[in-house]
Amino acid sequence: MRSLERVEARAKVTGAARYAVEYPVENAANVVAVAATVARGEIESVGAEEVLALPGVLAVLSCENAPKLQSVDDAELEVFQSRRVAYRGQLVAAVVAESLETARAAAARLRIGYRAEDHHVLLEDASDDSDDSDFSVDIEQGDPETAFAGAAVSVDATYTTPAEHNNPMEPHATLAAWDGDELTVHDSNQGSTTVRDALAQIFDLDPARVHVVSPHVGGGFGSKGTPRPTVVLAAMAARAVGRPVKLAFTRQQMFPMTGYRTPTIQRVRLGADADGTLTTIVHEVTQQASTIRDFDEGATKPMRIMYRAPHRRAAHRLVRLDVPSPSWMRAPGECPGMWALESAMDELAVTTGIDPVELRVRNEPETSPEDGSPWSSRNLVACLREGAERFGWADRDPMPCARREGRTLVGTGVASATYPVNREPNEATARAEPDGRFTIRIAAADIGTGARTALTVIAAEALKAEPDRVTVEIGDSDLPRASLAGGSTGTMSWGTAVHRACEALLAELDVPVPPEGVEVTVGTEDELKAEEKYARHAFGAHFVEVSVDIDTGEIRVPRMLGVFAAGRIVNPVTARSQLLGGMIMGLGMALMEESTTDREFGGFLNHDLAQYHVPVCADVRGLEAVWLDEEDRHLNPMGAKGIGEIGIVGAAAAVANAVHHATGVRVRDLPITPSRLLPSL
Amino acid sequence: MNSTNTSAEPPVHAEITLIVNGREHRLAVDTRASLLDVLREELGLTGTKKGCDHGQCGACTILVGGRRANGCLALAVAHDGADIVTVEGLADGGELSPMQAAFVERDAFQCGYCTPGQLCSATAVLDEVARGWPSVVTPDVAAQPELDEDEIRERMSGNICRCGAYPNIVAAVREAAGHGGGR
Amino acid sequence: MRPFAYARAQSADEAVSLHDGDTHYLGGGTNLVDLMRLGVERPAKLIDVTRLPYDRIEENGGGLFIGAAVCNSDLAADRTVRDRYPVLAEAVLAGASGQIRNKATVGGNLLQRTRCSYFQDVTKPCNKRDPGSGCPAREGEHHNLAILGHSPHCVATHPSDMAVALTALDASVRVLGSAGERGVPLSDLYRLPGDDPSRDTTLELGDLITGIQTPPLGMASRYRKVRERASFAFALVSVAVALDIADGTVRDCRVALGGVAHRPWRARRAEELLRGAPATEASYLRAAQAELEAARPLRDNGFKVPLATNLIVRTLSELTASEQGDES
Repeated sequence: MRSLERVEARAKVTGAARYAVEYPVENAANVVAVAATVARGEIESVGAEEVLALPGVLAVLSCENAPKLQSVDDAELEVFQSRRVAYRGQLVAAVVAESLETARAAAARLRIGYRAEDHHVLLEDASDDSDDSDFSVDIEQGDPETAFAGAAVSVDATYTTPAEHNNPMEPHATLAAWDGDELTVHDSNQGSTTVRDALAQIFDLDPARVHVVSPHVGGGFGSKGTPRPTVVLAAMAARAVGRPVKLAFTRQQMFPMTGYRTPTIQRVRLGADADGTLTTIVHEVTQQASTIRDFDEGATKPMRIMYRAPHRRAAHRLVRLDVPSPSWMRAPGECPGMWALESAMDELAVTTGIDPVELRVRNEPETSPEDGSPWSSRNLVACLREGAERFGWADRDPMPCARREGRTLVGTGVASATYPVNREPNEATARAEPDGRFTIRIAAADIGTGARTALTVIAAEALKAEPDRVTVEIGDSDLPRASLAGGSTGTMSWGTAVHRACEALLAELDVPVPPEGVEVTVGTEDELKAEEKYARHAFGAHFVEVSVDIDTGEIRVPRMLGVFAAGRIVNPVTARSQLLGGMIMGLGMALMEESTTDREFGGFLNHDLAQYHVPVCADVRGLEAVWLDEEDRHLNPMGAKGIGEIGIVGAAAAVANAVHHATGVRVRDLPITPSRLLPSL
Repeated sequence: MNSTNTSAEPPVHAEITLIVNGREHRLAVDTRASLLDVLREELGLTGTKKGCDHGQCGACTILVGGRRANGCLALAVAHDGADIVTVEGLADGGELSPMQAAFVERDAFQCGYCTPGQLCSATAVLDEVARGWPSVVTPDVAAQPELDEDEIRERMSGNICRCGAYPNIVAAVREAAGHGGGR
Repeated sequence: MRPFAYARAQSADEAVSLHDGDTHYLGGGTNLVDLMRLGVERPAKLIDVTRLPYDRIEENGGGLFIGAAVCNSDLAADRTVRDRYPVLAEAVLAGASGQIRNKATVGGNLLQRTRCSYFQDVTKPCNKRDPGSGCPAREGEHHNLAILGHSPHCVATHPSDMAVALTALDASVRVLGSAGERGVPLSDLYRLPGDDPSRDTTLELGDLITGIQTPPLGMASRYRKVRERASFAFALVSVAVALDIADGTVRDCRVALGGVAHRPWRARRAEELLRGAPATEASYLRAAQAELEAARPLRDNGFKVPLATNLIVRTLSELTASEQGDES
């Protein structure tokens, strides 16, 4: 398959690609944020005077002097609008100064007085009789309780995941400048249109006078999907000092201020016949929210469509605590949900003695178990079969602890993956020049996904032109409005608009292009409304080999294979990178990623990259991502499904299942560190 | 907490010279300023990135006197006269270095934010191996190391890539090593 | 960060004379700058000692003198160190990252401070940082803190890998103070926290480490570190061992542990039991268990007891196998 080199590759390897606060700007001041040091309470005093007296300090912003902002749905964006502190680490003040060093030193000197209140921060402490204890039912079919009680074989287990942090490499950052009532921000985000609309609302501006520029974004993984307090604070500070300002959160500040994946406590009950045919699936999830912003992770989503079972129930509850606000992290819902479901499926395989690949195949549903919709395409079984073949699964001795090599135990595991296919309405402009070149414009975001490259491929195909004649302009809210880079929707949603714009342009090119060029703009709202009803999901399978050191509990992953069925892959080289990236984040989730809540003081204890471990190069060996050629005519003009998230889904379960196969130890609480595993070996 | 907190202490400045990508710069720096901040804020060389500001991610990796170092932990004032190469100085005019070309060829990055640090680090790794420096995965620490994949992985572990480009980074470093050097 | 004056010392004597209390010596700065940015360290003056003439590794009397300004990379790459003290090269290479090892000096490595998260967060109590404020780690997060030698006031661990190897090697530091130069064995350099955890070492204010002296070793040696990812992480537990076996009997040995205490932990009880014992896994296990009898794990770090025990046994066994393999 033909593949296009990442369009901005040269800019990225020469350092020419500019990120948010890297744009040259005259006379910029520096903003440093100040975080709350109590877990719950009220700000009694800010102590700005002492800090304002320092040379080089231009302003101190806080609840005592912030301008009134217009309210938006997200309370995290109501910067300095209240004296209340909802969690330790909340943004409560900021210092603006001439130099970064002065701003940092001044921020450290700001002595904010608080009236602290008792706090509750641990999900596992949340008592069952609290107001938050009610589960809300996501789906209920048949009579799951009775069916489970009467099942020939059953699994009833509780799986947990800790809080996990996105930790994109580029911190959340904004360069803001006002020109009268015109606001321009260079901002690190996953959608410039969304940020533009939020800023217009918050500062009560005409959206046409707000410009959000974000051509390169140093990762987000969901944490830059919603506008963040950085962009509001920077705009506020720039207005307060009458100068452009730069603001970047520190890595430490990112932990409480930019979202994270909620910890989850998940009880899964599977009931089956002796031959492994599922009769019952019950999935109940407890998760946390802050006291100012509700967020449903949606961990029961995959359970609703994965396997056939007549009796099923999914429910979740949200426990409101004095904690930072959870938000999106790569594959919210599917990622933690499939950790639990696919672990439970492995336990069922062990209990019934059925091969775990075969068990999944046996419970393949004809139509969507959620509502009976036909699948637009579903190739889970093909992924499992292809993966088993490539991985050498047939030779596997199903007995745990069967393979010992010196002081290590070796095992293999499998887990399924899935992610839904969603499309958002978008607009795109396609333009032809007389010299045979084309320009595509859409406010899409490339946060490392390869979006710019994929859209170039899509446009070139639709225009029947060579890619080098196509320039794609993205990452600017002045371009036609676009949906977020999130939910694996980008290529499909932006791509549909780009494809349609190119089709429309091509239809006008039956005459020579006039000197002023030809330009068409199309929207996809009507097309999306007219979509036929299908269950649209991507599927995949992870196969993992682990070696476990019996003396130390160290786990190494010499082989990890992901096989995916995600429609047509638009651009193989960047797609492969993205799938591998998802799998590596899944490896991190399985083995090391964990944010620890500070019971005594609130907030997160580990809040840097030395203490929150993400995989380093040495952790990643023998990784492979492949895909099946999947033709699906019910998706979009490209025939594509999203690939940004499916790589992480199921990966942790595959690792844990392999650890069980290697050691006989079933770890139900992530991550599987030496401290958790060694005592059981 | 500290009595020194109560009085405002003025910043201390010092004059230094830095040679960056072959160009000499005379600068008055705040003694607190890191090389990273001086490169980005004073010299406009924003290719070097700030990912953590504590030496925990490697995004700020530059070459100081030919050796890789974290720009965020290096005080500029302590580097008077230092010869520094940043990502902007790796290419020879318009021609990418073999390491840069290999990164492009292997798609060894996604968001690109860690990439300048990865490139400087990888460039130095080839040099360190050529000098016979062992690593913790070198089977015999007294022996001459061979740059296989395990060695590359270990030696590149001071540069975090959250996008997970590691397999491609390892491939790129191998490829550049095969072409006889990073620069 | 608090503003500070900067001076580059031309000689060690000048460095010591410039020290006026509210001062830190600056080596590579890889931990000091990090702590200054966090507000944990707030010196009014830095004295740069990286260009003092202590940047060489020299053989003397069968041992080695390692200048305090030698960077970690050069130490690990040194031919003599690799040949005669592999445990030291391995320990240094197991620490931090390539770029940090290029800047970090030997002297600075010895004096790096605990990575206990309470110590590093100036908005929380910590007896080490703010004496008398309390130790929230005891009841809070401590899964990677001490199991040996801790006190009610502090459960921190020393983070250096290199210092663990040097402890096993019976190394001493050369220290220049206001009263002149003296040698301090590593076993006397580091303290247990007791009721004054603010002091990591027995050094006096203004003392400057100028180098490290290692005696001859004459034994095979090895360093092994267990951490929560494959590289670039601090130890959960590490072990430095050296072993001299003759006729199937342990003639001499050294064992030191990292990640378990406020200082590198020399396993003297284990060593006593090992000397003269058969060079077998059973002896190693008995010795390791005897050493770890003194362990008093906290609520969440009990795993370090079997981990340290296993690591001692495993590393001694591997070293035994490779030595006997060499002989045959």
